[in-house]
Amino acid sequence: MNGGTIEAPTIEYALLAPMLIVFGAAIIGVLVEAFAPRHLRKAIHMPLTLVALLGAFLLTILQAVRDGVPTTPAAMGAVAVDGPALFIWGIILILAFVSTLLINDDEQFVAQAAAVPGSNDEEEAVRSGYAQTEVYPLLLFSVGGMLLFPAANDLLVMFVALEVLSLPLYLLCGLARRRRLLSQEASLKYFLLGAFSSAFFLYGTALIYGYAGSIDLRAISSSLGTVAGQDTLLYIGTALLGVGLLFKIGAAPFQAWKPDVYQGAPTAVTALMASTVLVAAFGAVLRVFWVALGNLDWDWRPVMWGVAILTMVVGAILAITQTEIKRMLAYSSIAHAGFLLTGVIATGAVEQNRDALSAILFYLAAYGFTTVGAFAVVTMVRDAGGEAGHLSRWAGLGKRAPVLAGIFAFFLLAFAGIPLTSGFFGKYAVFSAAVASDALPLVVVGVVSSAIAAFFYVRVIVLMFFSEPAADGPSVAVPTVGTSAVVALAAAATVVLGVFPEPVLSLADQAASALFVR
Amino acid sequence: MELYAPILVLAVLAAGFAIFSVTIAPFTGPRRWNRAKLDAYECGIEPTPQPVGGGRFPLKYMITAMLFIVFDIEIIFLYPWAVAFDQLGMFGLVEMVLFIVTVLVAYAYVWRRKGLDWD
Repeated sequence: MNGGTIEAPTIEYALLAPMLIVFGAAIIGVLVEAFAPRHLRKAIHMPLTLVALLGAFLLTILQAVRDGVPTTPAAMGAVAVDGPALFIWGIILILAFVSTLLINDDEQFVAQAAAVPGSNDEEEAVRSGYAQTEVYPLLLFSVGGMLLFPAANDLLVMFVALEVLSLPLYLLCGLARRRRLLSQEASLKYFLLGAFSSAFFLYGTALIYGYAGSIDLRAISSSLGTVAGQDTLLYIGTALLGVGLLFKIGAAPFQAWKPDVYQGAPTAVTALMASTVLVAAFGAVLRVFWVALGNLDWDWRPVMWGVAILTMVVGAILAITQTEIKRMLAYSSIAHAGFLLTGVIATGAVEQNRDALSAILFYLAAYGFTTVGAFAVVTMVRDAGGEAGHLSRWAGLGKRAPVLAGIFAFFLLAFAGIPLTSGFFGKYAVFSAAVASDALPLVVVGVVSSAIAAFFYVRVIVLMFFSEPAADGPSVAVPTVGTSAVVALAAAATVVLGVFPEPVLSLADQAASALFVR
Repeated sequence: MELYAPILVLAVLAAGFAIFSVTIAPFTGPRRWNRAKLDAYECGIEPTPQPVGGGRFPLKYMITAMLFIVFDIEIIFLYPWAVAFDQLGMFGLVEMVLFIVTVLVAYAYVWRRKGLDWD
């Protein structure tokens, strides 16, 4: 072959280092699975995973503090490591670190996933002490995808990130030790619906490409209004992209998977999913709708209004009818996705965008910690068949285990957004941003559904503290060091962000000050 | 409107052919059933009878197929790279080696987990 050389792309490896560390550790994890003897695997995986997540977190901090926030996209415009992205990376990495401590608990995971539930094979696997230690590399791959997802600056990179974050989660959901069939059903449902929504996202990408002639978010943004007679492509493309993204955050009417998956998955995985995926997905939603489609906001805002209202109302009302603690938390997570969506809608002048973005970032941090803590408590309340999921089993828990029930009650109050908890400031910031951009009706719906939601949170508290415990009620398992550390950390974060939120609020303000890079 | 007439005609023809074929087949086709015809179609391998709550079923064929896809994708990337090797230069070489290393990791996992043994 003759002819000129193709210029090598410039890639800012230092900026991408947090992701590279996580992915590198995941690959080493696969090698550990392949070559390390079985009894050593967990002892290698655990420190490897924690060190990788911690290292990535420190590099993120270092980037933000020492080198400042970059003002241009990295890697030839494919990845945007900007203020919001760095803030979101920080949250995701801490939450993943904390969830890893929960995942360390052996009780959570199946001995051998391939064994049919209740069969001789399964008994044999349990007897001979098998363990699916693939959990750790899978977790790292998923976290790597979550880091890339909110930082992706073109639609194809975003799609790849979406798949990298989702595929390991589908597998992790099917690995619960107890209630195997429910877990496998959850895994299959999540996989099928997730694959379906990814297809929507991809189809939307294709149509937007047809309109703008580019998959780059900036190029899409600058093409808006310049292409004549192709508006249909743009609108359908936007709608399909929206479906793909809103599925991941579990907004109504795409919320159906959430309760089933949250209930079926091992609770430690639910803790990871419920906190980090929401954070990553909101980063991506903001980037697509603000950066690429920001000038189209008069067209997507009305639809987003409807979605937000529906999400808040569906989440809050259906949560009341739940009798299973993890399903209830799932519907609560749907309602919170609705509250966060009001922030996405609160666009307007630059100043308003800043306030809304900072509010969303703070809300995500606050909600993530409380969620991990709440699910950590759920893992500790056990009876003979594993976790005592049914709400009636939680009756009188306040008398058996006052400290644990107290902490759980505190988490629930934070979900409800009571003052002096982190949830209050998150909600206050998001709703005031929405008021500033004339979305008052939305805020009214938000406050009303918060009140409805408060009802079922308080109902659980009443159940725990003011009912007689059942004679054969569940016992509170002696927590492992990891689990108690998680509960303590989550409770501390919920208190600190509720009583003394200024440092994190100002950090979120700083992260949002330059908005997204273009 | 006239522009769309051929599409309409094609749609009618296609629908007509599909309906015709499906309705006529039961009347004209010979019915000589044998065991193979009554079995579920499984890409040429023996479909596995699965008793309710029964044991595992072999995944050999699926694992082989998945491995094939992995190496197929590898070739899809290798081939254009090899053709444009001169132009891509050092950067292309390093990226390709990294890519092959990651595929090799997956390969090592399959090998160590006995994914390459047929029985």
